[in-house]
Amino acid sequence: MPNADTNAAPSDVSLIMAIRSADQSAMAALYDRYSSIVYAVALRVLQDTGAAEDVLQDIFMQLWRNPGLFDANRGNMAAWLAVITRHRAIDALRRRRPENDIADVVLSVETDFAGEADRSRAMDRVRGALQTMPVPQRSALEMAYFEGLTHNEIAEKTGEPLGTIKTRIRTGLLSLRKVLAA
Amino acid sequence: MSEHEQFAEDLALYSLGSLHGAEQAALEAHLATCASCQRELELLRGDVSLLALTAVGPKPPARSRQRLMSAIAAEPQLPNTATATVAPRLQPRSQPPWQPSTSPSWWQAFGWPTLRWAAAAALVLVCVALVRQNSTLQQNMAGMRAQFEAQLNDQGNKLEQANQTLATLLDPEATKIELVAVGSKPQPRGKAIYQRRNRNLIFFASNLPTLPADKIYELWLFPADGGAPIAAGLFKPDARGSATVVNPPLPEGVAAKNFAVTLEPASGSHEAPRGTPVIVGVGE
Repeated sequence: MPNADTNAAPSDVSLIMAIRSADQSAMAALYDRYSSIVYAVALRVLQDTGAAEDVLQDIFMQLWRNPGLFDANRGNMAAWLAVITRHRAIDALRRRRPENDIADVVLSVETDFAGEADRSRAMDRVRGALQTMPVPQRSALEMAYFEGLTHNEIAEKTGEPLGTIKTRIRTGLLSLRKVLAA
Repeated sequence: MSEHEQFAEDLALYSLGSLHGAEQAALEAHLATCASCQRELELLRGDVSLLALTAVGPKPPARSRQRLMSAIAAEPQLPNTATATVAPRLQPRSQPPWQPSTSPSWWQAFGWPTLRWAAAAALVLVCVALVRQNSTLQQNMAGMRAQFEAQLNDQGNKLEQANQTLATLLDPEATKIELVAVGSKPQPRGKAIYQRRNRNLIFFASNLPTLPADKIYELWLFPADGGAPIAAGLFKPDARGSATVVNPPLPEGVAAKNFAVTLEPASGSHEAPRGTPVIVGVGE
């Protein structure tokens, strides 16, 4: 995988611009850089390698067909790809037509990282925070995010009151924010 | 955030895509007018994107890369002339120069002029055929490209027109005047346009009475199969009594027999209409 922090590696934005010029080698470089993230998210949601490969293909083909979908002002490439992959994977999981338009995905600019090293450090901290979270809280968060369950479905699955599930999810998200802000 | 505490937990669920139905509609109605909650939602979406990035797993198999590269090679983009010169190509395409052979051919070695002429003539014929084929391919490609560009332009124009129409319909500052028979008093009325196939619903209402502080209007879809009414969004009209509901979350494949608007408690009636009917469909 090319290192995004070295001067030799082209930036995400320059890769996108090259893809706009139908440069297949730029597409290959972008794939090499981010396919692991996309595949990991798809596999985490779908738990099926074949289905995850289909989502991986779908995400990069959409980027090839319309590289203008990525707007660097709305977040970094890794987070954007991860979020749209999660949307697509959950749609696939529920065997429904795509409900989320890629162009509608909004990310906070707060999640922008200067490079791969920054992202890696931040992810280590977030993973650490997830591990230290009370199990019911982490479980509620992961069921909502990676399984695409509604709070009603989580409450039914766990037998916990609806209000408890809501509180756990919100508290869990806020604790992730605190970790990065610390 | 304390004054919006009642929405705090719903905001977290909304950022995860886990909020549906009437709760989602109520939150979206609040978000439309609350900058503080809009900001909190933006932060929550940032938190959510962190969750996505925590997924770890094996690298995708090599065949996935091959599959993608084959697919994009089979689906070449139209070059974007506006940006074609901006980005340098990442890697020079491998185009090994044609190298004429310097070793003597077998007929040179044997010195048979007739065979050399025959081979040269055959080569010329092959070249002519290739040139003709190339020319035909280029003409076909140019035709396909022109057709594709024309289709793109046509679709772009239609999309622009649709966007402008929708923007006008939804613009709160647009002048909306309803014409009624001379001498008659404007009555509450609504129009629901529903597309079952795509679950698209656009609803316009006008002349609705001003809402009491503890009430809200709720739109209902009555299924054609006689099933229970389905909540199709909470809304509050503007000062002139006008309101719009666009694409509320609805279950898949429901044929609509009718629509109605009821006056409900401020939190809405999620399962079934309990309040006073205000307007009801008359069918077409």
